[in-house]
Amino acid sequence: MSIKVEHEIHRRRKGRNMGVGLLLVGFVVLVLALTFTKVTSGDFELPRAEELQ
Amino acid sequence: MTDVSYNTDTQEAEPTMRDFYELMKPRVMQLVVFTAVVGLLAAPVSVHPVIAFASILFIAVGAGASGALNMWWDADIDQVMKRTAKRPIPAGNVKPGEALNLGVALSGLAVMMLALSANLLAAALLAFTIFFYIVIYSMWLKRSTPQNIVIGGAAGAFPPVIGWVVATGSMAVEPWLMFALIFMWTPPHFWALALFMRSDYDDAGVPMLTVTHGRPATRRHILVYTVLLTVLAVGTAFTSIGGPIYLLAALILNGLFLKGAVDIWRRDEVMSEEDNFAVERKFFKLSLLYLFLHFGAILAEALLRPWGLGGW
Repeated sequence: MSIKVEHEIHRRRKGRNMGVGLLLVGFVVLVLALTFTKVTSGDFELPRAEELQ
Repeated sequence: MTDVSYNTDTQEAEPTMRDFYELMKPRVMQLVVFTAVVGLLAAPVSVHPVIAFASILFIAVGAGASGALNMWWDADIDQVMKRTAKRPIPAGNVKPGEALNLGVALSGLAVMMLALSANLLAAALLAFTIFFYIVIYSMWLKRSTPQNIVIGGAAGAFPPVIGWVVATGSMAVEPWLMFALIFMWTPPHFWALALFMRSDYDDAGVPMLTVTHGRPATRRHILVYTVLLTVLAVGTAFTSIGGPIYLLAALILNGLFLKGAVDIWRRDEVMSEEDNFAVERKFFKLSLLYLFLHFGAILAEALLRPWGLGGW
């Protein structure tokens, strides 16, 4: 038999997990935006190994 | 089937996101973000908005991480002082080990990401700031010398320098003027607090000036530091980050601040207790506005400069 009533502890954990999840998604988006900005800015140079290919 | 994850022992120490947020000293973070933004925008180099946003965010994360590490280290005295007894660790919401882990992890993340988003010098300064706040101030000076606030104030003074270095990648005199402004402001701000939070520091055994040298000496120190701060703050108006707006703000604010410091110096404990430290409380509130408006004026000068209005 499963427990139907959600305990306070589960509510807190759920809120925390959601918060951490959102922060991780935000971090990924930020790193992506930073990468685009750095790559598209004028002074970006390819690493030497890729330049030679 | 029973719910095996339920355990009454862990119920009290089940932190929420809000507890972790509180652990990062959000009010200190606000000051850090604001002064770092001013340092970044006052620099004579423009920064891409994405890089500026990311860099300020990582400076804030670094500040939050050092807040968590400070709460981990000071948990024993925090529970004694009324002002700090409700912080997440003494309140039993977060375990000390969790604060330590969060602080270390976020410190590393913030420094690494600032190096990637801005430059190595900015990241090195952020790492040094965290080290200074935790090791030099929290672990060493805070419990060993009444000059704790004076030297420890440097930790809170670094953000505008880091902001400037994010933009320019190098040092200059101007960010160190902003550093000096916060550095000289910190002692009178905290000593005023120590005057009206009467027994807190005594109870916790923190050697604040009020405890080691007495309250009249603290009043004299507030006046001396305020005079020095006034000279510095008004003098900054005539540098490249100053201008007429800053000068006007500095003259008014320093006049009020100096008057407050003289009032505090003239009072004794009997007079202060009669009005429940009204003058000291007013001076403390003014000190918050004082720093905010000085940096706001530097920001205004910087933002108006492209239109030929800011600066001299």
